[in-house]
Amino acid sequence: MISFDKVSKIYPDNSVALKDVSFSIEPKEFISIVGHSGAGKTTLLKMFLAEEKPSGGKVYFESVDIHSLNKREINHFRRKIGVVFQDFRLLSHKNIYENIAFAMEAAGRSDEEIEADVPHVLDLVDLGKKIWNFPKELSGGEKQRVAIARAIVNQPDIIIADEPTGNLDPLNTHEIVQILKKINDLGTTVILTTHNKGVIDSLGKRVVTMENGKIIRDDKNGRYVI
Amino acid sequence: MTWIKIKRVITSGFFNFWRNGFISLSSILVMMVTLFVIGATIFSGAILSSTLQEIRDKVDINVYLVRSANENDILELKKNIEQLPEVLLPVVYVSRDLALANFKKRHENDQFTLQALDELGENPLGATLNIKAKDPSQYETIAEFLQNQSTLSPNGESIIDKVNYYQNKAAIDRLSHIINSANRLSFILTVFMIIISILITFNTLRLVIYMSREEISVMRLVGASTMYIRGPFFVAGAIYGFISAILTLIIFYPITIWLGGATQSFFVGFNIFSYYTSHFGEIFLIIVGSGVIIGSISSYLAVCKYLKI
Repeated sequence: MISFDKVSKIYPDNSVALKDVSFSIEPKEFISIVGHSGAGKTTLLKMFLAEEKPSGGKVYFESVDIHSLNKREINHFRRKIGVVFQDFRLLSHKNIYENIAFAMEAAGRSDEEIEADVPHVLDLVDLGKKIWNFPKELSGGEKQRVAIARAIVNQPDIIIADEPTGNLDPLNTHEIVQILKKINDLGTTVILTTHNKGVIDSLGKRVVTMENGKIIRDDKNGRYVI
Repeated sequence: MTWIKIKRVITSGFFNFWRNGFISLSSILVMMVTLFVIGATIFSGAILSSTLQEIRDKVDINVYLVRSANENDILELKKNIEQLPEVLLPVVYVSRDLALANFKKRHENDQFTLQALDELGENPLGATLNIKAKDPSQYETIAEFLQNQSTLSPNGESIIDKVNYYQNKAAIDRLSHIINSANRLSFILTVFMIIISILITFNTLRLVIYMSREEISVMRLVGASTMYIRGPFFVAGAIYGFISAILTLIIFYPITIWLGGATQSFFVGFNIFSYYTSHFGEIFLIIVGSGVIIGSISSYLAVCKYLKI
């Protein structure tokens, strides 16, 4: 489904973020990418989201080279992916309903679909009662659940969670990981990057370990080993 | 589908404007300064052209005719002068009798002069023709034309006694130069002020959009199209411009009333308030048009930088 083929990223100051990275991700897989800060995890995700172009190598999604797509095709491609960030990145001047509706509007969904799906997806993350609140009125855990609701509302093929528990306490961390697991159980591919050993060890899923821009381990039922 | 998209973009633009209250307020205030400068430029341009017109109207050349000149010859000369393309119609003929009446009126409190005039027993004044040119630089051509006139009086001398252009030449040339320089300077100043004001507005809106850069990147990552991201900023920019324009037009009302009397007496005959009310339609279109165009285009350009993802 997704494959990285000898992907490298060298910045103009000659710092190497990725070096000949090759691996594949199967449909419905739950994969965790771990590594120290600066190991290249976020750069890898940026390559997949077409936020940055690789200096060498190719990134394929369903046999299509992502970086050969034009702007319009990239927009369509991104609608197949839901992204969750460590810092939530909710739109502060929109309420929770509008934050989620926005992603649906961008995907060209009708008003009727939006009115039906937004309350439903908020119920799934247990935030049905906060539908008209603004992000600043929510706790960190609640914000992250809104971000997950926004990521899944368009029923994407893939969820990318870039250190989603980095700003959360253990209880909220556990809740977020459970939600991601549930999403994966329903058939969505999940790519998770994290520093949290407890999270990785509790998942018992595939773990790719990175160091200095290279993959140093790829374990099917991995644990956090650095 | 396109209609739904447009509706969503406009609604989102209104929400952006309304919910970013403080930012919207500060953008409106900065844009008001810009529009105020544009408005002030319109007013100063009007004052300048009215003043220059006033000065132009005061400049003329007088053709003094000999006392023995025949009235028919004078009227013939007047007709010839009026046929010159440089001459602003009509050429005013002041007959000997009228010249005397004017002279007496001017000196009605000066008994000695009037007495001396009575003692002369006859009208010592000749008739005159007052000529105005369409442009001060054209007086020379008219003066040359007059010099070449050869109509003779019954005494056999030229009916033209004197043309006062040559006495006033230096002053007329100078005035002509001042008018040209003033026009050029006011044009350069106008362009300069407008460019500066637009740059200030552009930079303010750039800062406003800089604060939304994360939001733009999120929009990009959920797959929103360029038009969809840019649209609400474009609409909000147009709203900033429209509201600033209306507020500026409202502020101009008391200001022009306040300055009306002063301008009337200082710039003879030009009342800034009357100008504002009589030209309100044009000023409204210029100010509102400038506001909406500057606001929307600045926002449109400022978003570009963050759309590269």
